[in-house]
Parts: sequence; structure tokens; C-alpha cells
Amino acid sequence: MAAEDPKAKVEGLEEKVHVWPYLVRLEFLCALFVTIGLTVWSIVIDAPLEEAANPTKTPNPSKAPWYFLGLQDILVYFDPWFAGVVAPVLIIVGLMLIPYLDINPKGNGYYTYHERKVAIWVYSFGFLVLWIALIIMGVFLRGPGWNLFMPWQYWDPHKVVALVNVDLPYALGVRTYNMAMLVGGGILSAYFAIGTAVYFFMERKAIKNVGFLRMFIKIQLYLIMVGMVIKIVLRIGFNIKYILVTPWINI
Amino acid sequence: MAAKKPEIPTLATLVEKIKSGELYEEVKKEVLNSQLWTSSFRHGYADTPRNRVLQIVSNVWLHLHPVKIHRHALRIKFTWCMGGITFLLFLSTVVTGVILMFYYRPVGEYAYFDMKYLQYDVPFGMLMRNMHRWAAHAMVITVWLHMFRVFLTGSYKPPREFNWVIGVFLVTFTLLLSFTGYLLPWDQLAMWAVTVGTNMARATPFLGHEGPFQEYVFGVSPRYDARSLLIGGSVVGPPALLRFYVLHCIFIPLVAGALMIVHFWRIRKDGGISGPL
Repeated sequence: MAAEDPKAKVEGLEEKVHVWPYLVRLEFLCALFVTIGLTVWSIVIDAPLEEAANPTKTPNPSKAPWYFLGLQDILVYFDPWFAGVVAPVLIIVGLMLIPYLDINPKGNGYYTYHERKVAIWVYSFGFLVLWIALIIMGVFLRGPGWNLFMPWQYWDPHKVVALVNVDLPYALGVRTYNMAMLVGGGILSAYFAIGTAVYFFMERKAIKNVGFLRMFIKIQLYLIMVGMVIKIVLRIGFNIKYILVTPWINI
Repeated sequence: MAAKKPEIPTLATLVEKIKSGELYEEVKKEVLNSQLWTSSFRHGYADTPRNRVLQIVSNVWLHLHPVKIHRHALRIKFTWCMGGITFLLFLSTVVTGVILMFYYRPVGEYAYFDMKYLQYDVPFGMLMRNMHRWAAHAMVITVWLHMFRVFLTGSYKPPREFNWVIGVFLVTFTLLLSFTGYLLPWDQLAMWAVTVGTNMARATPFLGHEGPFQEYVFGVSPRYDARSLLIGGSVVGPPALLRFYVLHCIFIPLVAGALMIVHFWRIRKDGGISGPL
């Protein structure tokens, strides 16, 4: 047990060492290797410089810097106010809240999967799938018109893609505008209400320890994250454009 | 009288000498006792615990470190070295960036031609530009990996909650630094990437002229909203170039630098890079 326990492994190293020379020499070597690597890279590969900026000549596709292409890609599934403004704010605020929402005392200062499975899954999914995978897709697979192209396909600027997307209430047979708004709003509210209720029921023993507000914020953030995945699946798999359509916002 | 003939060592004895450290000791002795060395350095460095402490606390650059750290903080398997590399890359962009600033004017008429001048006429101009750009891109990647490592080791847990929040600010500022710098070459890539990026601001709820609920806010128009604040106009033009230049070279580095000071200081105050206090 003791040998397997990851916490014991780190605490077995309780002994402290002097920063000089042990850490300083490591930092020096690391700095040396990185500097050499950066210099060689910079000698071998030139930074890109295209023709002079021309406001009358829009390239197709126009892409944001690569690190924002995950966000640019969810523009396919969400309107700009969400994909470009609300989602980034939610990501930043959600990240900042992590230490205040995750109060599991285990796994403090050592690698462990078994002691904090949910936390590791949620973060890894958000980082590796919703952020990194979407960036890779945005960089390599999105061509003219932001259409999807496989690496072996020609980036045809005249590719014809049928616009067959409909809103979810329409797909469910609702034909009037007001009814569609009601149905869409109902589905969205039900998703959050039921999701929250199920979570509180499943974790009812934890409420006393974790606290109501903490659990409430946590499940809302989870539901938004899962909701984005659901929306992507609905769009790709079932050609659903919006769930909720109102005169002000569409989701 | 005649000097003893130098013995040519066999490979086996040479390897043995290197392995046992005997060769190292011999060379060290020769160097330290040489006239060149003894005339340059007045006394040696005694490797005592006291001196190890003094090396850190009496050096303005090194005293950011604690005097002693946990052994796991030395292991690259644990730290991935990513936080330190991110800081090193930041310093690289500062040094190369200042050099680039001597040759670059953030003016619509000049910016692109200054880039050409930098690349083709300035000695090492291309190298400086490459180093600046690649270090910036690499910094984005290393800061993400640093954050991932901090998450996986639970190093945001008490007492380090606040330092994680500072870290999230720093990730955001790293992206903003990179994004504002992206416009400065003033080529097609720059202009349209920043157009795509800043176009999002027009959809800001309440404050963007195409955002939801903007009709309830007085005065919001394409020329006067969240986006025009960012780019100084309704399109990405020369005013945007100047704004991004000032943000890139002065405002964000100052704010990020201040936050870095807090970030590093809190690591010490919170008892090292991870683990309970």
C-alpha cells in the first residue's frame, strides 16, 4: 500500500534540499537548452510575412491567430455574442473559480487519478478536446467558407454546402414564432433545471460539506460545458441550428 | 635527471579515471592552482551550508528563490519545467522585442516597409524577428502546459488558490500579448486575423453594435462601441495599429510583469510550488 500510495511517494521525499546549487544549476541547464533550441529554430525557420495589409482584399478563409481557432470554430455552432464574448469570459471566470469549487483535499501536491477522477476528467476534456482538438481542427481542416476539408481534399472556394439546418422547435413540428420561443425556452430551462436537480439528488450527502452555492455554481458550469457538446452534436448529427430563438438572442 | 617519460594511458585506465572522478579532480586542481586563476580570484568558494544560503539571499536576482525547497520540486517528471520555461521565453521576447522597437514604426505608411527593412537590411534583423515570434508562440504553448501540470498535481489547492487566480490572469495576458503583437507586421495575415478576432467585440451584449440588447444602451454605433474602443475606429486601420502597439509594448507587459512578481512571490510565501503548507 505505502509504495503504491502516490501521496506517500511524495511525502517520502520530505527532505528539503538547498536551492544553491541543486535548483539553480537545473535552471541554468534548462535555460541553456531552451535558448539553444529557440536560436536554432529561429535560424532554420523564418517567421511569415505576407503581402502588405489590404483592406479591400479579404482572404478566404480568414483565420484568427491559431490559439483562438477553438473559439472561432464554435462560431459554427453559436452566435458571436456567445462564441466570441460570453464563452471566453466563462472560460476565464470558470478557471479562476476552480480552487474555490474543488474543495477535495486529496491530491494536493502529487499526481493522482484515483483520488480526483471527476476533476481530472473535466479539466482534461475541456483542455484537450474543447480547446486543443478544436484548435487543430480550425488550423488544418477548415478551408474556404470555413467549410470542413480533409487533409487530402482540395480547398475548393466554390464548395457547395446545402443549408438544411432548422431550429429545434421547427424540427419538433412547432410552426408559429411565439410557440417556438416558448418550446425552445422550455427545453433550455428544463435542461438546466433537471440537470441541477439530478446533480443535487445524486450528491445530496455532499451538500453539508461542500455547500449549496459552491455546488450550484459547479453544476451550472458543468451543464454549460456539456451543453456546448450537445449543441455541437445536434448541429452536426441532426442539422439543428438553434434551440431557442428570440428577437434578442438565439441559442 | 631526465624527466620521466609520460606514460600513454590505455583506454581502459582512461575510462576508469573518468568514471572514478579522478581525472576531474586532477584537472580541477591544476586549474585552481594555476597562476591565472589564483591571480583573478582572491579566495575559493567553500561549499558550506552557510555559503549555500548566502548565495541565494545575498544575490538580488537569485533571492526570488527560497533557500531550500522540497526535493520533488527538482524533478522534471513532476514540474515539466514549464513555468520556468514560460518565464524564460517571456524574457527572450522582451530582449528581442526591444531590439525590434529600434527599427519599427507603428504607422500605417511605414510599418510594413519597416518589416521588410528589418528582414533584409538590418544585421540579424530576421533572426531577431524570428526569435521574437517563435518565442511568443512557444510561450503560449508552455503556459498552457504549465497550467495543465499545476492542475494535475492539484497545486491550486490551499494555500495556493489565489496564486492560481493570478495564473489565470497571466494566461489571459499571454494570449493578449500574442494577439496584439500579431497585428504589428501589418501584412495580410496580421490585418485579417485581427479583423476576425476583434469582430467578436461587436457582438458584446449591451456594448457592441451588433450584440444583443444594444438597442437599450444609448449611443452604441459601429463607430462607438466595445470594438471601436479596441481598434480606434470601425475597421482595423492605422489607429488600430497604434493602439495595439502601445498595448503590446507598454501596457500589457507592465501589467503582466507586475502580476509575475506577485505570482513568483506567492510561490515562496505559500510554501513552494505544491503540497500543503
